Amino acid sequence: MRRLSLFTKCLIIFVVLWLFLRFFIGGVWSVPLPASVISMYLGLILLAILVHVSVEDDRFREFLRPVKETLADENRRVRRTVLFVLIPLVILGLAFSRLSTKADPPAALRTAHPAPPTELKYRDKVIGPTQEVENPFRHLEKDDQEAFQAHVDNGRRVYYQNCFYCHGDDLDGEGHFAHGLNPPPANFQDPGIIPNYQESFFFWRISKGGPGLPPAATPWDSAMPVWEDHLTEEEIWDVILFMSEYTGYRPRTFGEAEH
Amino acid sequence: MYLTKHLNMSQSKNRLYFLLGLLVIYLLLMVATTFAQDATDTEYRPFPGIGSRNAAWIAAQLHLLFGSFILGVPMFAVVIEFVGMKTKDKRYDKMAQEFIKLCMGAFSTTALMGGVLVFILIWCYPKVMNKLSGIFGPTMIFYVILFFGETFTLYLYSYGWDRMQGKVSKMWHLFLGVLLNVFGTAIMFVSNSWLTYQTSPAIMGPDHEPIPLHDESGAFIGTLWQAVNNYTWMPVNIHRLIGNIAFGGAIVGAYSAFRFLAAKTREDKAHYDWMGYTGNFIALCGLIPLPFAGYWLGREIYMFNNTMGINMMGSLFSWLFIIQAVMIGVLFIGANYYLWSGMTRIAGGEIYARYRPYMIAIIVLCVAVWMTPRTLIMSPTELAAIGGANHPLVGLFGLMTAKNTVVNLIILTTFLSFLFYRRSGKTPTVGWSKVGNIVIAAIFGLAVAAIVTIGIAGFKVASDFRVNVLTPIQVIIALAVMILVTVIDLIMYRKAMRSNEINWGQMTDRSQYVLILLAITFTSLMGLMGYARSGLREAWHIFGVMPDTSPDAHTPLLADAVNMISVIMVIFFALVGFIFWLGLWGDKKKEEQPSIEAEATTGDD
Repeated sequence: MRRLSLFTKCLIIFVVLWLFLRFFIGGVWSVPLPASVISMYLGLILLAILVHVSVEDDRFREFLRPVKETLADENRRVRRTVLFVLIPLVILGLAFSRLSTKADPPAALRTAHPAPPTELKYRDKVIGPTQEVENPFRHLEKDDQEAFQAHVDNGRRVYYQNCFYCHGDDLDGEGHFAHGLNPPPANFQDPGIIPNYQESFFFWRISKGGPGLPPAATPWDSAMPVWEDHLTEEEIWDVILFMSEYTGYRPRTFGEAEH
Repeated sequence: MYLTKHLNMSQSKNRLYFLLGLLVIYLLLMVATTFAQDATDTEYRPFPGIGSRNAAWIAAQLHLLFGSFILGVPMFAVVIEFVGMKTKDKRYDKMAQEFIKLCMGAFSTTALMGGVLVFILIWCYPKVMNKLSGIFGPTMIFYVILFFGETFTLYLYSYGWDRMQGKVSKMWHLFLGVLLNVFGTAIMFVSNSWLTYQTSPAIMGPDHEPIPLHDESGAFIGTLWQAVNNYTWMPVNIHRLIGNIAFGGAIVGAYSAFRFLAAKTREDKAHYDWMGYTGNFIALCGLIPLPFAGYWLGREIYMFNNTMGINMMGSLFSWLFIIQAVMIGVLFIGANYYLWSGMTRIAGGEIYARYRPYMIAIIVLCVAVWMTPRTLIMSPTELAAIGGANHPLVGLFGLMTAKNTVVNLIILTTFLSFLFYRRSGKTPTVGWSKVGNIVIAAIFGLAVAAIVTIGIAGFKVASDFRVNVLTPIQVIIALAVMILVTVIDLIMYRKAMRSNEINWGQMTDRSQYVLILLAITFTSLMGLMGYARSGLREAWHIFGVMPDTSPDAHTPLLADAVNMISVIMVIFFALVGFIFWLGLWGDKKKEEQPSIEAEATTGDD
């Protein structure tokens, strides 16, 4: 049996890895990967292949041999003709698919994490600098367990009366209304949400909702209501305690590590 | 013939002066109109054509790029000169001298750009400059003194190179080199204080809390030293100091690549190959600790102001960090590619080629994790298919614990590449070499396992613990591996048999283009991340103290910023290319000199 050329082997590796990303990772293992991620990873795979084949001159010559043969060898006329017809057709197809009008809006760069204002407010009342404000009931966790639990329970009540329709009964962003919303509601079970922000950040996001988002890094299109119009200050702090207790993730603090 | 050449040259010079004169008149006319229009406005004056911010941006970035080069090069030039003195190998001395010659070429351009920047700032932002000079006035005088010190030390160091070759005078020459670095570093530290103060006008309290240096009316209430030693001053100093070494090495590498590609003789190719290798080695030495310094700076920005931190990494400027990951990925892949290419010029280096595919795979996988954004670019259909804004699998790659883990793995793999390069063509003679290799492999294996385990644990612990404990432990492990393995390897290969010498000059042209790519990537990275650092102030000249009320007080779109940085890069490389070309041209003239003299004596003309 004829040995495969280095070029063909590389082509096979590239295609196999594409299939792996597209159908195995984005199908069997997990949910589909967005096209932007697949393109990015394929670019890296291509780079890795080119790096591997081009470090040494001999290997690079071997890699390029079929390409040169296809372009110049008299015996490869059929292959050359087929490729010369196919390549422009593929480019045409790609160009058409990119330019044609689709029902689906194009992919967009989104910024999911807005920066809070330097001053934290509830309605018009200034609570303090966002960076320094702490949950006023957090200290009860150490000082008075019973009182702390009462606040958590109150937070649970507030959450299931108001938030779970979108954020889900398991706090995973899979509420009844979630699938009608774009962007989807935050998934608090994700390890990148609660541990990355201070409690004051959550207070700000809950109290001001979508309309209170900052002008930077727009467009913001969150459907989150302005909860300060419906909840008391204490209820907002309580629901933050509940979110933390339920998921097991602790919001970020700016003190030294306690562990 | 000589006369004809000379006449042609003076004619072209005249033409050049004429064109430059026209340009100056044109600029003066433009400036005069603007002054006439805005003579009454003392807060801001618009820069004609491109606007004040763009003018200041271009001048500042060019000044910084050239400044970084001329501060970085003397740092390693003096070390190379010292190595040359110790080993009595004249080649090192020659190479260090060549580096300084490049520095001389760029020095005046740096000063020129600095002057242009100051003029633009005084002209376009008089009120801001008034405020800053009111606080930093004494440091500006100190800066001038340092600048004089640096200039004359550089002149003495460069022009005295050939004269100061005696045993004692060489020591004095080295002292001059060290002094040059002291002046250069001090200059950078002083100017860093001005710009870091604009970002973080506060000092660090005993519990790391920021203590503002202004009262509520915006009046300065601190001391000069407090303004200098502001919250982000030292992290920026360290980050830039290391960055200068990496950037200087990369530009020297690009220069060597250019000369290698243009070289006609085998000797020249060998010389510039060696020089390029040294440049890349220096760039790598700077590149490896750079992410750690960057991490510290990022952490301090977060600690100074949470909003600023989130804007940087999670919001307004977060996409820049994805571009940064791509760029740093290119740098590491490029640096490794160059090292692997280098092994092909050493007989005996091929035994390590079998590890290469695995190393490429590790680096590329790690870069893939590093450059995966937390919030993916998705169409609404894809968003619906995923069921949330964050992908359940690759969404995890967007978190810092994953990114910190892969950065450490990339650094360790690059270190391994260098280790293989160092070992190529050498056979250890110590009896315990097998045990030594097992120990080294075990150290690597355990370190990787520990870094990955800590990285996975990072998903589960509180952020404070991750930032303050886990991430530093990962860094310490990576650094410890590099130190420990280097020590073992040095002892193991101290009396190693050399199977063959390095065939300098036998490098592929591709590897040289990679060196040029590295320099371009470094430059664009500095431009992009410099923009992020400066842009973090948003609509403030001095954050939280002095608002920017000029027409430019908006954060440009990422695309606009990238375009601007691209323009700056083109200007920078055009100027650097000119300096490179001058080096080549000067050498050509030297080579032609005997024949010209011969022509003159035979009286051809």
